[in-house]
Amino acid sequence: MREAHPGLPDFDYVRPADLEEASRFLAQNPQTARPFMGGTDTFVRLRDGFWKETRYLVDVKNLDGRSEITFDPQKGLTVGAAVSMNQVVANPRVGSHYSLLAQAAHRVASYQLRTRATLVGNVCNASPAGDTLGACLLFGGVLRVHGVEGFRDEPLASFFQGPGRTALKPGDIVTAIRFPLPVPGSVGHYEKLGRNLLSDLAIVGVTVLGHPDSSTASGYRFHLALASVGPVPVVLPDLLTQAPVTPEALEEAAGQAMESCHPIDDVRGSARYRKLMVRNLSRRALTRVWEGLQSGYRGE
Amino acid sequence: MAHHKISVTVNGSVESVDVPSNMTLLTMLREKLGLTGTKNGCTAGECGACTVFLNGEPVNSCLVLAVECDGAEVRTVESLARNGQLDPIQQSVIDHNAVQCGFCTPGVLISARALLDRNPDPTEEEIRDALVGNLCRCTGYIRILDAVKDAARVGAAPGTGGSR
Repeated sequence: MREAHPGLPDFDYVRPADLEEASRFLAQNPQTARPFMGGTDTFVRLRDGFWKETRYLVDVKNLDGRSEITFDPQKGLTVGAAVSMNQVVANPRVGSHYSLLAQAAHRVASYQLRTRATLVGNVCNASPAGDTLGACLLFGGVLRVHGVEGFRDEPLASFFQGPGRTALKPGDIVTAIRFPLPVPGSVGHYEKLGRNLLSDLAIVGVTVLGHPDSSTASGYRFHLALASVGPVPVVLPDLLTQAPVTPEALEEAAGQAMESCHPIDDVRGSARYRKLMVRNLSRRALTRVWEGLQSGYRGE
Repeated sequence: MAHHKISVTVNGSVESVDVPSNMTLLTMLREKLGLTGTKNGCTAGECGACTVFLNGEPVNSCLVLAVECDGAEVRTVESLARNGQLDPIQQSVIDHNAVQCGFCTPGVLISARALLDRNPDPTEEEIRDALVGNLCRCTGYIRILDAVKDAARVGAAPGTGGSR
């Protein structure tokens, strides 16, 4: 009988001295070396028998300048790759300017897991169910990546290519994620449906960010992202711009979200159930944001 | 497979340990240092039975490599009682009969202690949120919740042995 969660397979732990050494090592061993940060996905996957070719685990969390959150009132927020989810949740700058990000990070698993799990790791893991991916996408996140040819930027909008597949190449190490300043008056909300109220993986996740916009007929602009209903996050930008925002318009936008996704049946839920939940949760999240825009709510 | 000589402070004692690359902190604690209070449950970061303090913050020790702990400070459930006196959260768990098989209890105690350290007066929602990563399959959660509430109520400074 196969053991459900056997011990970790054999590998060599590698701790590079700097980014150059790390990128070089990863590029020289593209099939057998994997970078890891908090390890909360990596070790589970290894125990479950994935990534059998792994011979080296490269610890990239102790490299310089990666454990800080910085905020610039002109440029926005930078979250270092080694910053944990709990640090994101507790950071006052994140709370006051990007509260949607803190809200989404708080919905990841448990407190002790969030001690180790990182925001950048969640993004790089590229799980369709990733709780923070929607917030990172809607805030216009850009990854700072160090590869064998030096640094470059990778916008999240073109980053996700499939479950666990991204634009990263062998040798690439993400050092931080940067977010521009949100549009003034932005309000966000994350609705997550799991098998229990807290901690479980999302059956459906709906992230909504809305803000006043004097250039639209409605005076507002809403953006919506869906988790767990496709191989990559589904983004619906620029909703509710044409007509006045009414309960009927919110319902119509939620229906649009439902029609835009093509989930699969899996152990957590059927495709049909997921589509219906996308509509319900989208309506709820859009309504919450709409109410927040009128009352000054800035997300939980 | 490579082995590593690490130095780690466990429950106040500096330990020098030889660990293979793929050994977890959980396995090191149980099998190298004989600290079997920390339990091996799901090995997937879900049940919380292996929760310990790593540099002051609770972690799932099944998801931490021992070699990553070189130079770190680890505290396990064995460290909670001091000078023969139980930590108030331990006493409260006993008082509320919040233990049946006891397998989840070490992890619950660490998560609860971590919560009370960062928030001495938590709401029930905050307690539930802090303990969501600790699964109990026999006692049920109400007695555990009551134990944490009561420990907070009596003032759960660590190592004081409680006032009950």
